[in-house]
Formats: sequence, C-alpha cells, structure tokens
Amino acid sequence: MTTKKLMTASVVALMAATPVMADLVFPSLSYRTGPFAAGGIAFADGYADYFTLLNERDGGIGGVMASVPECETAYNAEKGVECYEATKAEGALVYQPLATSITYQLIPKVEVDGIPLHTMGYGRTSAKNGEVFRHTFNYPVNYWDGASAGVNHFLDLNDGSLEGRKITLLHFNGAYGKEPIPTLEALAEKHGFELTTIAIDYPGQEQKSQWLQIRRERPDYILFWGWGVMNQVAVQEAANIGYPMENFMGIWWSGSENDVLPAGAAADGYKALAFHEMGSDFPVFDDIQTYVVDAGKAAGAGDQIGSVLYNRGLYAAFLAAEAAADAQEATGEPEITAAMMRDAMESLEITAQDMEDAGIPGFGPVFSVTCQNHGGDGLASVAQWDATAQEWSLISDFFPSDGEVVNALIKADSEAFAAENDITPSCD
Amino acid sequence: MSADFLYGIEVIINGLMAGVLYALVALGFVLIFKASGIFNYAQGVMALFAALTLVGVMEGQVPFSHVINAVFGTEIHHFGWEVPALLAIFVTLMVMVLFAWLVQQLVFRHLVGQEPIILFMATIGLAYFLEGVGDLMWGSEIKTLALGLPQGGSLVVEDWTAGLGGDDFYGFFIDKLDMVATLVAIVLVAGLIGFAQYTKQGRAMRAVADDHQAALSVGISLNFIWVLVWSLAGLVALVAGVMWGAKSGVQFSLSLIALKALPVLMLGGFTSIPGAIVGGLIIGVGEKLFEYMIGPMVGGATENWFAYVLALIFLVFRPQGLFGEKIIERV
Repeated sequence: MTTKKLMTASVVALMAATPVMADLVFPSLSYRTGPFAAGGIAFADGYADYFTLLNERDGGIGGVMASVPECETAYNAEKGVECYEATKAEGALVYQPLATSITYQLIPKVEVDGIPLHTMGYGRTSAKNGEVFRHTFNYPVNYWDGASAGVNHFLDLNDGSLEGRKITLLHFNGAYGKEPIPTLEALAEKHGFELTTIAIDYPGQEQKSQWLQIRRERPDYILFWGWGVMNQVAVQEAANIGYPMENFMGIWWSGSENDVLPAGAAADGYKALAFHEMGSDFPVFDDIQTYVVDAGKAAGAGDQIGSVLYNRGLYAAFLAAEAAADAQEATGEPEITAAMMRDAMESLEITAQDMEDAGIPGFGPVFSVTCQNHGGDGLASVAQWDATAQEWSLISDFFPSDGEVVNALIKADSEAFAAENDITPSCD
Repeated sequence: MSADFLYGIEVIINGLMAGVLYALVALGFVLIFKASGIFNYAQGVMALFAALTLVGVMEGQVPFSHVINAVFGTEIHHFGWEVPALLAIFVTLMVMVLFAWLVQQLVFRHLVGQEPIILFMATIGLAYFLEGVGDLMWGSEIKTLALGLPQGGSLVVEDWTAGLGGDDFYGFFIDKLDMVATLVAIVLVAGLIGFAQYTKQGRAMRAVADDHQAALSVGISLNFIWVLVWSLAGLVALVAGVMWGAKSGVQFSLSLIALKALPVLMLGGFTSIPGAIVGGLIIGVGEKLFEYMIGPMVGGATENWFAYVLALIFLVFRPQGLFGEKIIERV
C-alpha cells in the first residue's frame, strides 16, 4: 500500500470516528397539494420558517441545527402513515400529523416507536389523559375545550343562561366533525339548551339542504366544525339565508382568511374560536422577514406571514422548539432523542416570559403539561372577522373551558380506550 | 297550506336548481363521450383549470410566477393590470381551445383505436397533470371570483310567498345565484343544441358521434371534430367552474364537483344532452327530498350516497340510462 493510500485511509477513518453534530429533526407532514392545500400551505410555511429563523438567527436550538423534512400527505390518512414510516428513522423528535384521521392511525404506532405525537387543537381529545396515551399530546386545547368555550361565549352573551335556547352543531360527517357531540350533549343537559346536529358530507360543496333546515329551525347559535371548501360554502350559505354572522361560530379550523374572503362583505362578523393570536404585529415576524424571507430561505413565497394558519404553524414550531430546548437543559445533551423530547413535553410549561423571549408576547395561553394532563389548561379565545379591514382579531382573552364537564368525559373515554387496548394507566 | 308542505315545495325547487348545477358538470362528460367514446375523468379538473385561468387573467396574474421567481430569482407576480370580465372569459376560452388542441395532438391522436379503458386511463393521467399545471400556473391559494354574480336569497320571492303558510312559514328561499345558473344553463343547452342542429361543424360532430367510420368516409376530419368537442367541453367546464366557484371561491376542491356528475350520468345516460339535464334534475330533487324527509331519522348527510342509490336503481332497470342509446347486440 502506498503512503498516499495509507494517508487517505487514515483521513477517512478519522472522519468516520469524529462525532458529527446531528440535526434536531422535526418532520413536517404537510399538505401542499389537493383539495385542502390552501390550508396546508400556510401552516407548513409557518412551521418551517420558525425553525429556519432559529437556525439563521440563533444557530439552531442549543447550538444544534433544526431540520424540517417535509413529506406530502395531501391530507390523506394512508399517505400520512406512509410519511411517518418514511421519516421516523431520520431521528424524528415529534410528529404533528395535521389531521384527525392520521392521528388516529399514528396513536398506536408512536406508543411502539416511542416518538411523541403533538396534535394541537385536533386529533383524539381523550389523549389529554397522559396516563393512557403516553406519547400523544394535545396541548394547549382540544375539540372538547373548543365546544365548551363556544358555549361559554354564548353564555356570556346571554347573562349566563342558555335555558330554552337552540344551538345547532353543523359538522363535517366524519371523526373530526363528530368529536364535539358528546361534550355538547353534556353541556345541553347542564345548561338547558336544545342541541341539534346537522351533518355535511365531504367535500361539502353543496349544502343547500343543511341551510334550508337551519332556515326552518332558526337556531339562536350555530357552532361549526368544518374544513376545506366546506368552510367557504357554509359562510356563503349563512350569508345567503341572512343568518346573523355574529351568532355563527366556527372551531379554529373554520376560522382562517380562506374561509371568509370568498364571501366578501357578507362574512363580516363571523366568529371563530382560537388558541393563538392573529396578525403579524409581533417582533418575531420582523426577524422572519430579515433572517428568512429577505435571505431567500422562506418555505413558501413569503406571502402567508401573519395569516391565521401561518401563525398556527409558527406557534406549533415554537412549542416544539421550547420542548426541545427544555429537553437539552434537563439532560445536558444538545443532541436529544425522541424519548427525551417526550419527557420534556410532559413537563412543558409555557409562561408569558417564554413567549416574550420568543418575540411573540401574549401570542397563546399560558399553560403547563403534566403526565396526567397532556392537554394543557384548555384555554381558548374568540376571534371575529372584520370584512372591511380584512382581518381577524381576538375579541376575548383566553378563557377556560368547563373543566368539570370536559375532564369527566376525557376520563371516561380514555379509560374505555385503556380497557379496550389492555393498557394499565400509569405515569411510571 | 301547511308550512311543512310549503317547505317540501321549497326543497323541490332548490333541488331542481341544484340539479341544474350538477347537469352543468355532467354536460361536459356527455359531449366528449358521445363524440369519441372517452369517459373524461379530467372534466372536473378542467372546470377547476378554467376557473383558475379566468381569475388569473382577470387579476393580471403572471402565469407560472412561482416557477419563474424560483428559477430566475425575480419577484414578479402581477402584470400590473386588470382585465375586464368579458375579455378575460374570451381569453380563458382561447386557453381551453389551446388545451383541447394539445390534448388531441399530444395524447389522443396517438391512442386512436385503443380500448376504452386505455383512453380512460389517459384521462386520469391528464387530470392529475392538469391539476399540477394549474397549481404551477396560478398557485394553490383560494381565489375570489369577482364577476359580480348575484348572491343570497331572493327577497322578492321571499316577500311574495311569506304569507302562504302562516307564522311558521318564512317564504320560499331561492338563491339568486342558482337562478342565474339556471338561466345560463338554459342558454348553454339551447346554444349547444342549435350548434349541433344548424351548423356545418355541428352536423359533422353528430355524424362522428353516430359513426366514426362513415363520417371519415365522407371527408369529415376526426381530428378537427375531436378538438372541437374538447373545446366545447372546455366551454362547459368554464361555465361550471364559474357557477361553482362563485359559491366557494376558486380552489382545488372544485375538481371534486365531478363526483356530483357521476350519478347524473348513470341516470341520464352518457350520450344524451337532454339526459344530462333531466338526470341532473332528478338527482337534485331526489337527494334533497330524501334528506328533507328521511335524513333527520338516519343522522343526515344522506345526499352523497342517496344520489348513487337513486342512479343505481335506474341503472338496474335501464342500463343505458334514461336517454341513452339502447344497447342491442345481435348474435
């Protein structure tokens, strides 16, 4: 062997032996194509841009760069599972599946693989019980909190009494849309209002029957669980029948600019629940403009910044980054594993100072997570659309859901799941 | 008259109008199938593409701007002008004619004589390709169609009929957009029938539909007729895209309106324009009445599946559809 070859072999061996700082991997199961693309693009952009900002401005998280491999699900459960399987070996720290249908498929898988799943404001509500769902988290709010927050808002508008009032749940005819029904039934019994449920089949482009029924029955309030084109059509049909927009309230997935712009001025006053702030009046967006967009490193065209769903993606990334930083601090290891990430998520505490430090003061609710409570404190807010200014704004503080009702339902549902799946609830 | 009876009438009227919208989509399928025997899976995507192009042209959007910007590092999105609606419609029609010509030249000319299933597969590929091109050309965001089409219930109709059924009846609700869609559909169908009956090209189109070989033998260019038919299907797709897009904004789920056309085709037949209209009306009224009368007992959301059940029932007794050509096979 010549000296040159020996030297080359030595250099290769040395390079192989030298530890290389791996990235912190946050896979993004995005959907930029298909019928739901308009909603998926903004979220994916926000999620990716926040991590890019941390890399460019701060040198990553705790000195380790973050990587966000994207996998296109087209909002399809089968593709979502394929994406999970294809990316988990890359050292994934946490998954945000972005669809209730994908969530249900992944819940048993993450238990086996030991990778945490974060379903922020969607997914299986009873996963809030961390003693049963050890790797699934749904902080800061879930659908049942949303249903209860909606009813609480209506209670506020009626001096604390909904006795004799009629509330209609207009919902997507699937797992996502049916999630709030048990909560609303319990709340109807508690507060004495009459609950009607009206289902809309996918994709929801034709809703004449549903809105003729609403016109006949004249409910005092409508809660709406829709997604995709269903949202735009519902807002337009509500306007068509002259339903008072201020009494029509969507869940947070039915409250983006996409949902109201096609109806124009007629959408003015429409409300939606929210768990984070709206608009771009936060310091973080200046940094994103400087370090990400102007540097040509934005995930998209940079035209989604400050939109509701962009902000939601950014907020999801912020929560993931905070947990990752906590994990690094708790273990002293800059390169954390999925198990360390899970433990950090289980003891996550988001304070006003955390948000201030991240350049998003007051952006979301203050909350904490424990083993028994993977869902945070159930604080939600109400946003309203101003068609003239073409912007959403929060019209309330973050307020709590009815814990008495919601937590009892979560306990019953999670315990039933544990019994069916032979799980012994535990924090050990 | 009781309020319940009047609300039943209201459901029927709205069902008829919904049926017109379904028929608009179904018409495009019928035109192409009748002339070439191709079941055009891409018809829904053509409606989407036409509507996207119309909005893009009206707003002066630069086609493929994201691609151009990514490749050349530019920041161009708009030409800086807005195009009047009528001119934009004309430009869109020209784009659909160009699309028809390209489809014929690049795809179907090379598949002459192939099995129907091969042609169907080709339209599946075409659908996904066109969806991708639409995305690259105009972007994925939801667009507002500012054609000034009327929206909302007709207050005139509501006021006139409010006193018919006592205090529990609030008058008939009829969507102004549905009324416009009905008028447009009438004009469109009349125009198509007139074109087919009274123009040279129309008669040639009918001749090709009746017998390709015979039409060829008398000097009719199959290539020209197929481009013509795909162009007409493009026109129908534009009308359908505009009417549906006015309800929901122009977005990628528009392509799913094809799902509403399938039961209409099963019922009305794949080869009959009147069949598409009558089929649409029957499906529209049938699904709305079923939802009104039976829906609440079974949890609602019956329309999607009931339309197919209704179509299947017709299919069992009349496989060629209500107005389809009778299937006769001699041994």
